[in-house]
Amino acid sequence: MSEEKKYPLKKVLLICAKGSIEDVYASLVMANGAVMEGIETKVFFTFFGLDAITKARMNNLHTSTVGNPAMRMPGGIPFPTWLGGVPGVESAVSSIMRSQMEALDIPPVDEFLEMIKAGGGEIYACKLAFDMFKMKKEDLWDGVKDVITIGQFYEMADGLQTQIIFT
Amino acid sequence: MAEKIYAGVKVQVDQEGYLIDTNQWTKEIAKEIAKEEGFELTETHFAIIKFIREKVAKGEALTLRSIGKSGATDIKGFYQLFPGAPLKKATKCAGVPKPSSCI
Repeated sequence: MSEEKKYPLKKVLLICAKGSIEDVYASLVMANGAVMEGIETKVFFTFFGLDAITKARMNNLHTSTVGNPAMRMPGGIPFPTWLGGVPGVESAVSSIMRSQMEALDIPPVDEFLEMIKAGGGEIYACKLAFDMFKMKKEDLWDGVKDVITIGQFYEMADGLQTQIIFT
Repeated sequence: MAEKIYAGVKVQVDQEGYLIDTNQWTKEIAKEIAKEEGFELTETHFAIIKFIREKVAKGEALTLRSIGKSGATDIKGFYQLFPGAPLKKATKCAGVPKPSSCI
């Protein structure tokens, strides 16, 4: 029997286009996980995903309490959509979610990005979204490497065993 | 499972080279595992290894973040000390099971 040859991942490029807690953390966990495995990692934040690298918003991301059929109350009872729309509920639920993550040693967004950067991961902002939201460089987290176009980001996917992941 | 001889001691390791019996671990074994991985252990490495062994002995989850807060090194330093996949390599040198942590 011949053993199948394996080609382990060498590089991952992640695109984070949404700004809710779960979408941003999905990208951050995958990015950090890749760095921890010694995989070259680059993350591109675009559209509402830019909130994750915007100083004023990054550590106060929210989850949506309306239109999310998987949202549950403590104890597993379905979360009524009307309740999700009550002022303050989304903030409260988001705050509980962040504290539960902290209890599992999942860091806040800025610290998570620092960890990724400490391991050699690179963070980029999308130029088109950056212009559209009329942002300034100083609005962005200091660790952002550059504001680039999607074309420049694709150019970085220039090797074998490279994957692009969109979240 | 396989057998290996590190520092003159016969030890059992799993397929990926992690010690099966953490009690067999010695500093000399750690040094030889590190050599196989391509680096030499310094005092800072041993401070991290000590932290990892204590944490695992207490049954606590081992994360990259906890090592950054251990006082032995920061996360950047950890990546430099155990190049490539730091948590995997550090736990291998520490003679504890491969960590099941995502962070």
